[in-house]
Amino acid sequence: MTTDVIKETSHDDHQNDHHGDHKMTGIKRWLYTTNHKDIGTLYLWFSFIMLLTGGALAMVIRAELFQPGLQIVEPDFFNQLTTVHGLIMVFGAIMPAFTGFANWMLPMMVGAPDMALPRMNNWSFWILPFAFGILLSSFFMESGAPNFGWTFYAPLSTTYSNGSTAFFVFAVHIMGISSIMGAINIVVTIMNMRAPGMTYMKMPLFVWTFFITAYLLIAVMPVLAGVVTMVLTDTYFGTSFFNAAGGGDPVMFQHIFWFFGHPEVYIMILPAFGIVSTIIPAFSRKKLFGYSSMVYATSSIALLSFIVWAHHMFTTGMPLFGELFFMYCTMLIAVPTGVKVFNWVATMWRGSLSFETPMLFSIAFVILFTIGGFSGLMLAMTPVDFQYHDTYFVVAHFHYVLVTGSLFSLYAGAYYWLPKWTGNMYNDALSKWHFWCSLISVNLLFFPMHFLGLAGMPRRIPDYALQFADFNKWVSIGGFAFGLSQLIFLAVVIKCIRGGEKAPAKPWDGAAGLEWTVASPAPYHTFSTPPPQSDIDNADQHSH
Amino acid sequence: MTNKEYESYYVPSQSHWPIVGAIALFMIALGAAHYVTDLSKEQNGYGGYLLLAGIALVIYMLAGWFSDVINESLAGKYSHQMDNSFHQGMSWFIFSEVMFFAAFFGALLYLRVFSVPWLGGAGNNAETGAVLWPDFVAHWPLLTTPDGTTTSAMGWYGLPLINTVILITSSVTAHFAHDALIKNNRKPLKVWLGLTIVLGIIFMSLQILEYSHGYSEEMRLFLTSGVYGNSFYLLTGFHGMHVTLGCIMLIVMWFRILKGHFTPNNHFAFKAASWYWHFVDVVWVMLFVFVYIL
Ligand SMILES: [Cu+2]
Repeated sequence: MTTDVIKETSHDDHQNDHHGDHKMTGIKRWLYTTNHKDIGTLYLWFSFIMLLTGGALAMVIRAELFQPGLQIVEPDFFNQLTTVHGLIMVFGAIMPAFTGFANWMLPMMVGAPDMALPRMNNWSFWILPFAFGILLSSFFMESGAPNFGWTFYAPLSTTYSNGSTAFFVFAVHIMGISSIMGAINIVVTIMNMRAPGMTYMKMPLFVWTFFITAYLLIAVMPVLAGVVTMVLTDTYFGTSFFNAAGGGDPVMFQHIFWFFGHPEVYIMILPAFGIVSTIIPAFSRKKLFGYSSMVYATSSIALLSFIVWAHHMFTTGMPLFGELFFMYCTMLIAVPTGVKVFNWVATMWRGSLSFETPMLFSIAFVILFTIGGFSGLMLAMTPVDFQYHDTYFVVAHFHYVLVTGSLFSLYAGAYYWLPKWTGNMYNDALSKWHFWCSLISVNLLFFPMHFLGLAGMPRRIPDYALQFADFNKWVSIGGFAFGLSQLIFLAVVIKCIRGGEKAPAKPWDGAAGLEWTVASPAPYHTFSTPPPQSDIDNADQHSH
Repeated sequence: MTNKEYESYYVPSQSHWPIVGAIALFMIALGAAHYVTDLSKEQNGYGGYLLLAGIALVIYMLAGWFSDVINESLAGKYSHQMDNSFHQGMSWFIFSEVMFFAAFFGALLYLRVFSVPWLGGAGNNAETGAVLWPDFVAHWPLLTTPDGTTTSAMGWYGLPLINTVILITSSVTAHFAHDALIKNNRKPLKVWLGLTIVLGIIFMSLQILEYSHGYSEEMRLFLTSGVYGNSFYLLTGFHGMHVTLGCIMLIVMWFRILKGHFTPNNHFAFKAASWYWHFVDVVWVMLFVFVYIL
């Protein structure tokens, strides 16, 4: 099937009208595009730039913490660094990277020609650089950047704001608009654009996880918009939502924020489950073990995520019933998560394994994410959380799930699909260097933090007691090494785009999925006519 | 190779409207942030102008974007599938709006059930109450705040009750208009839709009147009057903004109907506007119960 035939069939009147398939050249192509692959590429590059930006801030943080005492930055600037580092990594790096994967892969995986609402898709992306422009520009303003933590607890962000609250709030507002539109697009694409014959239970698990994630986004991003609005009016218009003198309660801020915040962490991990569930079967040369149980486990994790939020607030003085309720609900999440980890291991069991770089990252994901899960379980226990709360133990926990979890899955996915995206194989040796350097340095970076936290080192403090000095030195060395290792990835990607061994349509012999039925690199338009039923059945992840 | 069972999918042409929209949102966000910051420092700046320019650009963008879409739709380019995508997109957008209001209703609930009683010493907070504000008596509506700001409550009879009747009626007339469109009775369609718009405008006018009562010297119900005033104005204010938006959508639909747009089985934009109208109506009923009556 040539590209010309595809064009003819999809655009019967294309002689007298200019459609999306007429690629513009230069900058206009990227500004005006309605093509899911172009938009996916934009998202991926943007998120990688944000990863390096947020990473650079983290390097300064680690440099300051290399030794006890204040060396490089002022305490207030340190607070700005931790705040903006968190905001950028959550909203600028991890979330847009997953949206990039969704854009590139979902239409191909469900056999659709594009996302359901292509122009809105473009709008969703282009809001992001502006939103982060506003956020980052606050570094250069009189007030300085936000310094109240990425969780912007009241009254730090209201009564005691350094004056950056308005910039923060409006940047979050337009980020939220972008996320909601992106999520609506994903939901509609999956509900409405699946090729005939692809039933819900025949969708790849990747598609399922993005489907559920998008629902979470539509449900909780508006709540974030609501809470930042209340922060704005409390700070600038004299309301007292989070001020007891007017009848409000600062703890109410935490309730509303974490009602958004907990589903938000699943927004950053469920797509990772989808990516890993695609890659592990491919390199085990088996079908995914327990496909349907994976679907149900993901859905129940998503549902439970709405009733566990106050496990972030055990030390705020909630009534005892609240403490117990949120503790038990949180521990319940370990059950569906356990199902997932079991299924990944069972998929590998007696498989014919090979250890290409995507598989290495996926196996590392399973092990290290599980460590992050276990420390989460420890934090879920109310009585012991009183010891860990706001210490480096928490920092260790969420970096294990977000860095060795989400970020590692993103690398796994990037290596897995790079041949499809660029048409070239990546440099294998260099990619293995990236993996091993990252793996070793990331553990040196985050593992000792568990012990620092257990020993009582508080988070978000630029200075610390002398007994923490040795561990912090090693953590910082791990941090610098991890930061540098990510430049290897940049080199791999650039080399891969420039050239390299030509990739066949399906470079991985165990891979399943409709994306491997089209050429590498994927043509600008794919599936203008639906794929044959046999291809859909072959891509089915059920084990029979 | 054409597969006739699979409707050919329409990939919309490239468009400059999304990037215009992104720039407009950037101007709004940056403008509003500067405006609010300058306001708090009592200084003048360019923020307000940037904000207004951004809003103007959004209106220009929406008009241009929608007119492109309308022209494509009139040219018959949209498949049944595209129509479905629009419908689903709109319903999920409305769901996200529901969640936005849920945040504020949730806050109201928390204030009434937990925060205010706790300040009065309920639960295990007797000590807190005694030490911080010993004279404070918990009561809803909160007419005297812990720090002594006083205000008065907006009753549910009178204007709010009238407004409830008006908005529910307008939902019914919107439904009749939709019915008339499906049956292709163009004249009743114009009448019912026109009536819906008029009711919407009356509602908004009465809301403004109610706000002026609130801000009068007798009532002294301000945005800053403690959490009762906060939640009252934020909830009714955001609702009012949504009614205004819904009204504008309906007015656009009315003009499109005058131009002869929409057919009994192809009228997504009309449906979207009427869904939106029913949504703001439901939110009002919730408001009437939780903000005014209870
Ligand atoms: Cu949580």
